Amino acid sequence: MTEQTAATKRTVPFGKIAWTVLVAILGIVFLLPFLWMVSTSFKLEADVFNYPIEWIPSTWNAVQNYTDVWNGQYPFAHYYWNTIKVTLATTAISVCVSSMAAYGFSVIRFRGRGVLFMVVLATYMVPAQAILVPQFVLYRWLGLFDSHFGLVLLGSFSVFGTFMLRQFFLGLHPEYLESAKLDGAGHIRTFVSIALPLVKPAVATYAILRFIWTWNDYQNPLIFLRSDGLYTLQLAMRKFADMYTQHYALIMAGTVSAIVPLLVIFVVGQKQVIEGISFGGVKG
Amino acid sequence: MSQISRTGAGIPLSAAPRRSRQRLKETLYGYLFIGPMFLGVFVFTVLPILAVIALSITDWSFIAGLDKIKWNGLDNFERLFRDPIFLKSLQNNFYLLVTIPVTMILSLLLAIVLNKHVFLKDLFKVVFFMPYISSIVAVAIVYQVLFHPSYGPVNQALISLGVGNPPKWLADTHYALISVMMIQVWVSIGFYLIIYLAGLQNIPKDLYESADIDGANAWHKFRSITVPLLSPTSFFLLVTGVIYSFRIFDLIAVLTAGGPAGSTSVIVYYLYDSAFNNLKTGYASSMAVVLLILTLAITGLQWLAQKKWVNYQ
Repeated sequence: MTEQTAATKRTVPFGKIAWTVLVAILGIVFLLPFLWMVSTSFKLEADVFNYPIEWIPSTWNAVQNYTDVWNGQYPFAHYYWNTIKVTLATTAISVCVSSMAAYGFSVIRFRGRGVLFMVVLATYMVPAQAILVPQFVLYRWLGLFDSHFGLVLLGSFSVFGTFMLRQFFLGLHPEYLESAKLDGAGHIRTFVSIALPLVKPAVATYAILRFIWTWNDYQNPLIFLRSDGLYTLQLAMRKFADMYTQHYALIMAGTVSAIVPLLVIFVVGQKQVIEGISFGGVKG
Repeated sequence: MSQISRTGAGIPLSAAPRRSRQRLKETLYGYLFIGPMFLGVFVFTVLPILAVIALSITDWSFIAGLDKIKWNGLDNFERLFRDPIFLKSLQNNFYLLVTIPVTMILSLLLAIVLNKHVFLKDLFKVVFFMPYISSIVAVAIVYQVLFHPSYGPVNQALISLGVGNPPKWLADTHYALISVMMIQVWVSIGFYLIIYLAGLQNIPKDLYESADIDGANAWHKFRSITVPLLSPTSFFLLVTGVIYSFRIFDLIAVLTAGGPAGSTSVIVYYLYDSAFNNLKTGYASSMAVVLLILTLAITGLQWLAQKKWVNYQ
């Protein structure tokens, strides 16, 4: 036994290669739905359901499909723009609100802090769907229904963001903040020029997660938007699939278009995403 | 503690007003910083919680004015527990819980293999995480086509493999929920995997080394080191899994809309359907209250269970 392990250590790690091949096969099978989606989006409609599956299209129709999706009756370009607007605004506001609250709940000592923090934290438990009805009624009264502003507002007060950033502020060495205080800096200056830069990686992590969650959000746009012109990508994709029921190549070109930007962001910000997820970041 | 208060009492009187002014300033800054967040949470979450409880004992539709509100006590709840679609939805919610242990086991095995035994670990992490990061709407639309009863690739493959009468998947009342569950496992495996990989990093290597010296085999090490030391991770996944499985909405809304014949309906979907398609605001609110109570109960159970079988180091 020991002889054998010593021998394999010196030569090629066959075991590791075998596992890698096995996991690679598993990975490809796992991604088949995505591969099918991409390959279908390049096909002629008539070839979509050919069997055996043509993973590489026999006739390419990619340009036509994607042009139809981006400039057709439901122009994705327009919905992209809506989604980018809503997502960027939500992310920016949410990061500001959450980091401020996180600073307040960790660095500043004031009466009632503990109780208020518990109230905020307790709401994290509440399923969004449980309060959908009163939120909807409230939105109609306040005139926030069917507007991008209202949609942005809904995503701007994140308990998860506050909780996560608070943990990072608590982890800061108190001396940094104390010395700022001795220099006569008020809380606003300490927050902006000392505390926030120190937790920049955590802010980036939260910002990326919030971006992805908002980009992918279907439920809020579904309930709080009505006009076609205001639709986000997720709603538009659904609408598109309902309108073009028999145009599978087009539908797949639409879904590919909706997924690709997120994949790019994920690959670029992989480290942050995984860190945030490991922190317990389930959408919230 | 007592020492602090004694020194506090020892401060000369003249310093007291300055100290309290300082404290007032701190308090004002505190409210300034948490203000936006607290206001947002209060208006968009706390008030709606109170409102939904009030609405749950009414017979009302939001398109009628507030003056049309009729209080009807616990009638909604009585109706709810005689409503076959609601009971079916509740039952489906409990069936969906099965996906959690399945996903946990699959992703734990995958995490162990990825952790030690493969090259390109980071690439594989991205591969298995892809469904989780992708939009559920896109994923659901793709699966709708893949599982299409007559010309979907899944059934074409099954037929060519000699399966005479393949199931109609999402269109079949007996298979629709199973199909949803399979897709749910596929979507969430990446999340579980990432968490398990992080958990595996925290197990001290020397434990395995000393087990090696004792001549323990792989199964033994798995049973007596990996599993117990991962129990906080597993517990976290179980709890978040249970809580979030009651919130699965997007997948069901896009994939099946609760159909066919209510076979994939869940509480949150039925709630949405009642509130926004059938305009029964009061009735939907009573479902929301049931959902809130269920969430509370799960959280309570979590506290109890945590003490019992989680092995924190």
